[in-house]
Amino acid sequence: MTDRILTTRMEAHPGDSHTLTRYEATGGYATLRKTLAEMTPEQVQEEVEAANLRGRGGANFPCGVKWGFLAPAEPRYLVINGDESEPGTFKDRQLLERDPHQLIEGIVISSYALDVHHVFIYIRGEYPRSARRVQRALDEAYAAGYLGDDIMGSGFSLDVTVHLGAGAYICGEETALLNSLEGRRGEPRLKPPFPAIEGLYSKPTIVNNVETISNIPWIIANGGAAYDAIGPEGSRGTRLFSLSGHVERPGNYEIVMGMSWRKLIYEVAGGVRDGNGLKCWIPGGASAPWLTPDLLDEPVTIDDTGRLGSMLGSGAVVVMDETTDIVAAALSITRFFAHESCGLCTPCREGTTWLQRILERILAGQGRESDLDLLVDVCDNISPGLRWPPAMTTICPLGPSVVSPIMSIITHFKDEVRAMIPQGEPAGV
Amino acid sequence: MSWPSDVRRRAEEIIARYPEVRSAVMPLLYLAMRQDGGLTLDGMREVAGYTGLTPVRVESVASFYSMYKRGAAGRYIVSVCTSISCHLLGGENVLDAVADETGVPSAETGTDGMFSIEAVECIGACGGAPAVQVNYELIEGVTPDAGRRLCRWLAEEQPEVVGSDHMQAEFGGIRSFDWGPAEPVGAIGPVPAFGPYGSAGEVS
Repeated sequence: MTDRILTTRMEAHPGDSHTLTRYEATGGYATLRKTLAEMTPEQVQEEVEAANLRGRGGANFPCGVKWGFLAPAEPRYLVINGDESEPGTFKDRQLLERDPHQLIEGIVISSYALDVHHVFIYIRGEYPRSARRVQRALDEAYAAGYLGDDIMGSGFSLDVTVHLGAGAYICGEETALLNSLEGRRGEPRLKPPFPAIEGLYSKPTIVNNVETISNIPWIIANGGAAYDAIGPEGSRGTRLFSLSGHVERPGNYEIVMGMSWRKLIYEVAGGVRDGNGLKCWIPGGASAPWLTPDLLDEPVTIDDTGRLGSMLGSGAVVVMDETTDIVAAALSITRFFAHESCGLCTPCREGTTWLQRILERILAGQGRESDLDLLVDVCDNISPGLRWPPAMTTICPLGPSVVSPIMSIITHFKDEVRAMIPQGEPAGV
Repeated sequence: MSWPSDVRRRAEEIIARYPEVRSAVMPLLYLAMRQDGGLTLDGMREVAGYTGLTPVRVESVASFYSMYKRGAAGRYIVSVCTSISCHLLGGENVLDAVADETGVPSAETGTDGMFSIEAVECIGACGGAPAVQVNYELIEGVTPDAGRRLCRWLAEEQPEVVGSDHMQAEFGGIRSFDWGPAEPVGAIGPVPAFGPYGSAGEVS
């Protein structure tokens, strides 16, 4: 059975996997040729729907279903989300830099299916090498006739524009990304209307993640059913996981979902550094609630991780060993959300900063006995009921995301937090 | 003062890439930074002129994004990641070392204009933590000592172009993944080295 889709070329040909020459020599653009010559757009859509490919950006929404929402108005746009910024995530960077033609072939096939004639690839500003490699690959693809007017004599035409971000995590949220692409502040929009109805320039727009679209050439070449045969139900296909933190072998690993967390952390990533004990891990980026070692034998799937009260999110696994200062770790993530809050919604703008200040004073030995309750109270005001998936008082999920690290340390490491708070009369009050 | 003709031509090329002119605001802001070594009121007025927006609208966009540096940024922006994976592996120690070596505290620009030092949020290099960027050119696996050597090298050599591959070889360690073949290009000044509107140049 197939256990590699996205990374085969870059592993076999590390010296030139990003070039058109290598891409064509390994079968690249043959699927596009076949698609344009032999398939209708509806047939392409059917294969993607049959694949049960779920989006790899973080929300895990089924790609085929999303495509099905696209309104008929013209023009319509496809926007590739390469604003990878979720702490712990670095997989799209590898796909952009090491196999940009795989993404471009996926873009052309997807655009044909969606009747789109202008695509934007939004790449975060901190990824200049990614942008350079993608732009060079686009130039090659134009020169070879895989982009531009009347692609391979099919009558289908497509243009692709690279757009660089400028340092704002929030722009990974699809409506904020669209505002940014329109030359506005990257503030999220209220949904509905969803982008598929009113997106870029108020036109129907599909926003898909880099990894999601990088899967499309394989799916069309091999059929949606073949993709749907890989991995457990609800988590079909392979997936690129970013392993980081206290592991022996950090890196991106393409795996078939369904293996245990124990296997992913201890075999794939080589285990916890220096033979240390495992304290906890984040299963899907900084927004995800943390998991503890009693759950090591649970399967790595989208739905099982949701059942445990967390999420696979963007596939970013951050491992913390027994030496980790849990409050300092939570502060790092909380400060991230406070810094990246766009300021539009009060619970997020004020709440993230409150939480940061409380953690800072606990860490400085200035914590108060009431601070544990105060942390929970602020979280409950950002996301009432503290349930999973989180309730929202904000336009986008950034606000509720800050609840994850806070409630993780309060749920699992309360004694450790409390031990940092001086007992008795607080100093200086 | 308006832009010279080659920059004006570049601005027109950028605008032509979009169905609506307003979308060109962000790339044009990079172009303005490249011209002035940082974002100035004149630069924003210029962008306003091209896009038909009022200068204050342009400013409101610019102020949202952390990579548009108001005023004169340092010649070298040294960004040290302290988000979770880099934090777990000592990113703060690298930040302290870099600030100490340059004498420039985090979030400030030195009086001689050589360095801006900043703690940056996740730059997608978690497998090579702790990570540092100089003018957005990445170096992975940086120790506090290597961070000091990096700053000394920048201060002494004052390279016109800083390139990721060269700095990684000199000052880096573990990487998130194999980057592939080295590239001779890098950044000139505090703008991402992306040819169409950034300030890419050949590393000498």
